[in-house]
Amino acid sequence: MDKVKVGIIGSGNIGSDLMVKLTNSEVLELTTMMGIDASSRGMQHAKYLGLQVFDNGVDGLLEQPELVDIIFDATSAGAHIHNAEVARKLGKQMLDLTPAAIGPFVAPTVNLDEHLDAENVNLITCGGQATIPIIHAINSIAPVEYGEIVATISSKSAGPGTRANIDEFTETTAKAIEQVGGAKKGKAIIILNPAEPPIMMRDTVHAIVEEDKMDQEKITNAISDMVKKVQTFVPGYHLRTEPIFDGNKVTVFLEIEGAGHFLPKYAGNLDIMTAAAVKVAEELAKNRVNVSVN
Amino acid sequence: MSNQSKIKITEVALRDGSHAVSHQYTVDQVTATAKALNKAQVPYIEVSHGDGLGGSSLQYGLSKTNELELIEAAVSVADFSKIAVLLLPGIGTIGDLKEAANLGAKMARVATHVTEADVSKQHIQTAKELGMETVGFLMMSHMAPTEKLLEQAKLMESYGADTVYVVDSAGALLPHQVKERIKALRQALNVNIGFHGHNNLSLAMGNTLAAIEEGATRIDGSIRCLGAGAGNTQTEVLVAVLDKMGIQTGIDLYKMMDIAEDIVAPILPKPQEINRDSLTLGYAGVYSSFLLHANRAAKKFSVESRDILVELGKREIIGGQEDMIFDVAAELSKATTK
Repeated sequence: MDKVKVGIIGSGNIGSDLMVKLTNSEVLELTTMMGIDASSRGMQHAKYLGLQVFDNGVDGLLEQPELVDIIFDATSAGAHIHNAEVARKLGKQMLDLTPAAIGPFVAPTVNLDEHLDAENVNLITCGGQATIPIIHAINSIAPVEYGEIVATISSKSAGPGTRANIDEFTETTAKAIEQVGGAKKGKAIIILNPAEPPIMMRDTVHAIVEEDKMDQEKITNAISDMVKKVQTFVPGYHLRTEPIFDGNKVTVFLEIEGAGHFLPKYAGNLDIMTAAAVKVAEELAKNRVNVSVN
Repeated sequence: MSNQSKIKITEVALRDGSHAVSHQYTVDQVTATAKALNKAQVPYIEVSHGDGLGGSSLQYGLSKTNELELIEAAVSVADFSKIAVLLLPGIGTIGDLKEAANLGAKMARVATHVTEADVSKQHIQTAKELGMETVGFLMMSHMAPTEKLLEQAKLMESYGADTVYVVDSAGALLPHQVKERIKALRQALNVNIGFHGHNNLSLAMGNTLAAIEEGATRIDGSIRCLGAGAGNTQTEVLVAVLDKMGIQTGIDLYKMMDIAEDIVAPILPKPQEINRDSLTLGYAGVYSSFLLHANRAAKKFSVESRDILVELGKREIIGGQEDMIFDVAAELSKATTK
């Protein structure tokens, strides 16, 4: 089957990591890098890989729209507004890795099927990608009354965008715990730990399920199945210990080691975003191919 | 001496003390305490969940009473004292801050780990726009060298903090270390400098006096030591000591003694003392509010809470990472059963 053509907007850390991951994809063909600073490391690397490089961002695509079918936006919430408009005008599908959240939230192991034809989907947050599958797995056995997650990441892996607007993380993640995870009420906390060497990303999920609905064995199995699913595209995703049960509360400890593609291994928080984005794009691409064949 | 007191005290028992009562404050307790502190002319009274606005959670402990109700209750009985709130970006949000401001909170204390001041920019700026007095609160100050602390304090000043605090969250600093830190900030910053101590090494009072000697003018205390770990600098004792030193706080000492005895002592689940675990907090440099969580984890996993705390200190676990207490306890219990 022909590969589906994709492009990246933003040549920073996230864009550069996407570049490495997409080069390995069997379904997607990375053709284009859209940045704003031609001298940046990411743009230089894109040139080296032989990609079409635009230094006027997404606007470069207006001249040659046939270069891509799916676009990854790895810029910022502010820049995404314009990028999304251009994508819509050109009829391209948009994967939004920024906190802009114009389109529906997507966690690939949870609700991707519902949004295969959406023109714009949002990847939530790193903490959301790491924890919402677990909330969803618990909720599939016992309705989650309250889902709370705590994401601890190394200070070094928290970029200036995250730092300047940390409420975006807590608010967006909390919303997605409800909308995608299925919890009646969601809450999210983020901690930046400066220890050296940098710590791996850790996430803790606390969930309170409906009275009398707790089934330890089934929940443990559902979580374990979900971990395996996530591991298919984030190999460094794992449980630190067995889930801990206490009455109608269950606590799950996760650790995410990055693949170490472009970003260091401790930056599991960034890796899980780019890995999820590629996974979503691959599914969208397969869907496009199926649709065109039918 | 002018009417303007040189040292302005913030009473933190209704926020830091929330840890010691596992966040079970009631409206009646807060109303009675705040009303009496107001009468004793305490300039600022901090009221929030122990981990600040939005802290009510499974991670830190659910509040028995919504903190907004507690803030509202305190505001309703305080015509002299200003009600302060604590906010840790990453836990609480600007939305929470606005709600507290609407209820009449007049001071926003925005707290970050000592190396992460830049996450406080938006919150400090918003507090300013809301017309609140602003404090930047650099927690776990013992974990960074003075130069780093200074760099971060300057950031908070640049965001609009009216005061920057050196916060000894673990009660781990020694007097000469407090002096060095306060002195560096005093020399380089134009805003007020504050100090918040914990008594885990029995140094809260000594450190506070050292801070004042170097020019700190904003000081935190908890009446009857009602704070996390072994508690903070004991407010009523501090008022007495400063009085004997000829430093005016504007606070009525006898009234404070009576509040401590008649209102606050009955709230404490047990008298504050430096026991094996709270001493370990200070010795190992661990966030004071981990104390009760470590006790619970120790019971659940049949390990020593001292071992848990020491291990947390070794791993440089910082404030807010309460989930690591269970994680470490589970690991220790596995290691001992092997």
